[in-house]
Amino acid sequence: MPKYFLLLHEKEGRFTQFSPEEIQNVIEEYHAWGQGLEKSGNLLLSHKLTEDAGRSLSGSEEGMIVDGPFSETKEVVGGVFLIEAEGYDQAVELCRDCPHLGYGGRIEVREVEI
Amino acid sequence: MSRPAPPAAIRRSKMPKKERVDQLVDHLFRHQAGRLAANLTRALGPERLDLVEEVVQDALIQAMRTWPYQGLPENPGAWIFRVARNRAVDLIRREQSLQGREESLRLWCRQSAELQERRPARFANEVDDDQLRMIFTCCHPLIPRPSRVALTLKILCGFSVAEIARAFLSQESAIAQRLVRAKRSIRSKGIPFEVPDAAQLPDRLDSVLDVLYLVFNEGYGAHQGEELVRRDLVGEAIRLAELLGDRPLSGLPQVQALAALMLLHAARLPSRQREGELVLLADQDRSLWDASLIARGLARFRASLRGRERSRFHVQAAIAVTHLKAGSWEETDWPEILQLYDQLLDVADSPVFALNRCVALSFVRGPNEALSQIQPLQKNSKLKDYYLLYATIADFHRRLDDPRQASLYYRKALELPCSQPERRFLMNKLREADK
Repeated sequence: MPKYFLLLHEKEGRFTQFSPEEIQNVIEEYHAWGQGLEKSGNLLLSHKLTEDAGRSLSGSEEGMIVDGPFSETKEVVGGVFLIEAEGYDQAVELCRDCPHLGYGGRIEVREVEI
Repeated sequence: MSRPAPPAAIRRSKMPKKERVDQLVDHLFRHQAGRLAANLTRALGPERLDLVEEVVQDALIQAMRTWPYQGLPENPGAWIFRVARNRAVDLIRREQSLQGREESLRLWCRQSAELQERRPARFANEVDDDQLRMIFTCCHPLIPRPSRVALTLKILCGFSVAEIARAFLSQESAIAQRLVRAKRSIRSKGIPFEVPDAAQLPDRLDSVLDVLYLVFNEGYGAHQGEELVRRDLVGEAIRLAELLGDRPLSGLPQVQALAALMLLHAARLPSRQREGELVLLADQDRSLWDASLIARGLARFRASLRGRERSRFHVQAAIAVTHLKAGSWEETDWPEILQLYDQLLDVADSPVFALNRCVALSFVRGPNEALSQIQPLQKNSKLKDYYLLYATIADFHRRLDDPRQASLYYRKALELPCSQPERRFLMNKLREADK
């Protein structure tokens, strides 16, 4: 079955004003969504990425150019999920009730080339 | 459709599945925020509460950004503490004002981490002691009274400014102001982070119990505010009262009595509304009363009777016990309740208690007698916006078969602030009287 990477983009500082109770509710929503994927057998793995924006590499005539970390970047990829789905349609459908979208986040869905 | 199982190395979490928790305990974050703030304050000092709050919030947000991908950790509470300690170490590098304390703070982080890891029971005990210190700090008499309430809810109960404002129907800016004032008092008056010594304890405890009683009443009184937030207030007041009751230093009889009173009242909450409509005690389905809360309340009540002290909380708890003992409304021991209200008025002169005494009186010596004794309360300025006074007078007239007078007083009651279910209840009564 085709595999898809879900890249969860988020804006910095989205939740700073949330109360502990609200934070717990958000976690429970994500958890329920993740468990749903696990139970249906679609979930292969998930990873959180570190908080820094990483390094951006490019080449030039002098060799490799290392860019970043980008502290000014407002949107970062918070983490990734790898899922299995029959096609883009199903992959998108599985993201439909992801709480990430409800909290102003963005999900990038990319198929893995086999 | 078959697919090969993913290799173990890329399964969702590094931890074997059975060791992860499936769901979070109710209010875990709220309570963990309170514990963590108390524990951190021991290291940073109460004059740096802003910093404490920042670290706590950072740690909770970190959990929110991590757990969706890694699953819930084996011990969510411990995870939050661990992250907070790392943040505290980061702070040392950043905050100029902490210079000179780096070593002691680092030491505290290490020891606290080790204790949590190796002797969790003792660690929990220490954190409870820290919470006890925090209660006395937040409720210190040198802090203005409304600020004590706001600070207790913010720091110990993990409420946000918005949540406190919703619970008390205040503006967020007003609550924020109260918090600023509270923290300023702590700094400028050097309010310590400690449980007061035996000589000061009674006075300081009075101030604490006053705050908890206020929080409880705000939640319990059905007059205003959002139902959900209000139930949380009841829960938090009970939690802190029981925490005080369980610690040897503070578990005095009046504390047990307050905890008993709150638990026994809270036990009746499930029967107080039916399909959104108000149900009077006389018509409540007593099988809905929460048996486990009653058991806890009665145990606290027994504990409160050790020693000679009979505070107003003792008498109020005794009244609640008398109501609970009656298998039905008809079996209520009104003479006993009337006598307890007489005692209550001896120790605490309050017009609300006097009003309740009149209700008890009406069931012992009839509404006529009660009506004559309730009249002076109409001149009491503290009751001038209290709709229950007029609703009670109306009810006395109704029982005396005087619908015209009843109607008059129901109308008066309806002019005063009350919740929607209460309003509908009064409107029904008014319609019956006007028939």
